[in-house]
Amino acid sequence: MAVKTVIEAIREGMDEEMARDPSVFLIGEDVGNRGGVFLASDGLFKKYGELRVIDSPLAESCIVGVAIGAAVNGMRPIAEIQFADFIAPAMNQIVEEAARFCYRTAGDFNLPMVIRAPWGGGVHGALYHSQSIEATFAHIPGLKVVAPGTPADAKGLLKAAIRDPDPVLYLEHKRTYRLVKGEVPDGDWVVPIGKADVKREGKDLSLIAYGLMLTYCLEVATKLAATGISAEVLDLRTIKPIDQAAIVATARKTGKVLVVHEDNRFAGIAAEVMAIIMENAFDALDAPVMRLTGPDVPAMPFNHVLEEAFMPNVEKILVKAKELAAY
Amino acid sequence: MATKTQEIEAKGGQSRHRGLGLSDDQALRIYEVMRLARAIDERMWLINRQGRAPFVISCQGQEGAQVGTAAALRPGYDWVAPYYRDAGVILWFGMTARDQMLSFFARREDPNSGGRQMPGHFGSRRLHIVTGGSPVATQLPHAAGVALASKQRKEDAVTAVYFGEGSASQGDTHEAMNFAGIHKLALVFVCENNGYAISVPQSQQMAIQNVADRAAGYGFPGVVVDGNDVLACYEVSRQAVERARHGEGPTLIEAKTYRFTAHSSDDDDKRYRRAEEVAIWRQKDPIQRYAKYLRDAGTLTDPLEAEITDRVNQQVDEATEYAEQAPDPTPDDLTKFVYKEELQA
Repeated sequence: MAVKTVIEAIREGMDEEMARDPSVFLIGEDVGNRGGVFLASDGLFKKYGELRVIDSPLAESCIVGVAIGAAVNGMRPIAEIQFADFIAPAMNQIVEEAARFCYRTAGDFNLPMVIRAPWGGGVHGALYHSQSIEATFAHIPGLKVVAPGTPADAKGLLKAAIRDPDPVLYLEHKRTYRLVKGEVPDGDWVVPIGKADVKREGKDLSLIAYGLMLTYCLEVATKLAATGISAEVLDLRTIKPIDQAAIVATARKTGKVLVVHEDNRFAGIAAEVMAIIMENAFDALDAPVMRLTGPDVPAMPFNHVLEEAFMPNVEKILVKAKELAAY
Repeated sequence: MATKTQEIEAKGGQSRHRGLGLSDDQALRIYEVMRLARAIDERMWLINRQGRAPFVISCQGQEGAQVGTAAALRPGYDWVAPYYRDAGVILWFGMTARDQMLSFFARREDPNSGGRQMPGHFGSRRLHIVTGGSPVATQLPHAAGVALASKQRKEDAVTAVYFGEGSASQGDTHEAMNFAGIHKLALVFVCENNGYAISVPQSQQMAIQNVADRAAGYGFPGVVVDGNDVLACYEVSRQAVERARHGEGPTLIEAKTYRFTAHSSDDDDKRYRRAEEVAIWRQKDPIQRYAKYLRDAGTLTDPLEAEITDRVNQQVDEATEYAEQAPDPTPDDLTKFVYKEELQA
């Protein structure tokens, strides 16, 4: 077991799957010689050649549409959207096509494909390099959406996504790429899609998060422990299909739940988590389920004051968690 | 790369099909599939107007462009990504009248979609027919991806993708042609230009006469062909398929044709085109025209014509009877196949 960064884990995950299965290939903008703008595919072009690491034209609908066709014809494409913010031109191909292939053919066609998209804020990326897109896509039946927050989960979920028979939107948080380090098990490490993970056990309250917010919540739990509050941290890891059982279990265990995400508040993932708890664990609650989210503004501004005002952070989560604990 | 747009003149002669390498049997097979496509379509309109089925969308008038181009491909080995009028293409690739009627009546057994999609949304993995939805032009990048996979595995399969001149306005058309040109994919683009996108005439769709002229912008040849001359369509398609199979890259074929019916059973084409215009084009019916050629060539005789008519009618009758009685999906079917894994569960 070695300590790695998230970006290293992603690169290793792709490399291992490409080595294991000749049908796996990568297509996206700058993924070739450049190795990707974040170096996620650094070295893969040299290792696997131009037929398996393809620099696409600057056209997102083409990237996803071509990936769909390749998946139809026996390949397992990884389509990289350079920033989640630029996925909109591919929306038609993802929502109307990729997500519908299996359903509209009553199972005759399926699409084993992964769409990787760096997402999230806190990197001075402004409106168009900071967005969260998970709620938008989680609303689409036929898609799976994963958002790992640790190197081990990043690698394991990527390998699971590549092997999955259905289209998976794989969200990798830009801020975590080199910020978050952790041990990644050796060997063929695969993390199943659809399973949340208790990253820290606790008994007084539950913090539910994913992506960068997981790291912040773990830090908050440490600070809470110093004040005598025992916080459990549940990492969703997979947004869709969401792990209902794990959500209900932690809600029943602590009776107090705070959901944290940086995506917009309205109809966000927190709203779904809260609904699941209301439907399945209402009788176990000792406080209203709370949420701390990004605001309902179009996207994250460039100016640092505005960016900090947008992003949930350790201090904001700590305040909200204490409010919940005191309820 | 030099590119060109050339008009393929209909050539005379009594053995044109033999000159193209088609045996009499093959030439007659093309004729029969055109007839079958037309007959299924006509029956669908009849049933629709009787109120027994909610929707029909037609191939009528475009069968020459469809079967002529598809006949240059190897069904089940090569791939097609058809659009919603391409009954001639998918019948050539192995779909049956029964399959089409099951789709028309939206029955559970419909092999295209299990009764989920409207008629005309073809798809069969086994037959190498890529499933299509209703948003137009999305199939062009899919076809580029299918062709890319063939190239990656060093297989010599060719992919043909079909679309109308209205779809040529979509960004996906540009993106797919651009990609196919860059990678010299074994891909044949077939634009069935029938002059109208529902009601919008070509003059409001583009400022140019020929969609095929755009091929120059992607670095591969564009060819204009008389879409109502099935042998001319076969000829240009065969050339394009050979080019593709030998690694020389894509071709854009524009088949100039016309749709005889309204856009669909819910459209009234009298609101945007004159009956006289339709009548003029009906004189150029690709099926009538091909039948005359085959008779002049001595390939189609009265007894053969009678045999073909019997076979076609029998298939349509049997298919209609079977499909109309076939069971609907059950409410339980609604939630199935959102994901593939449910098949394995």
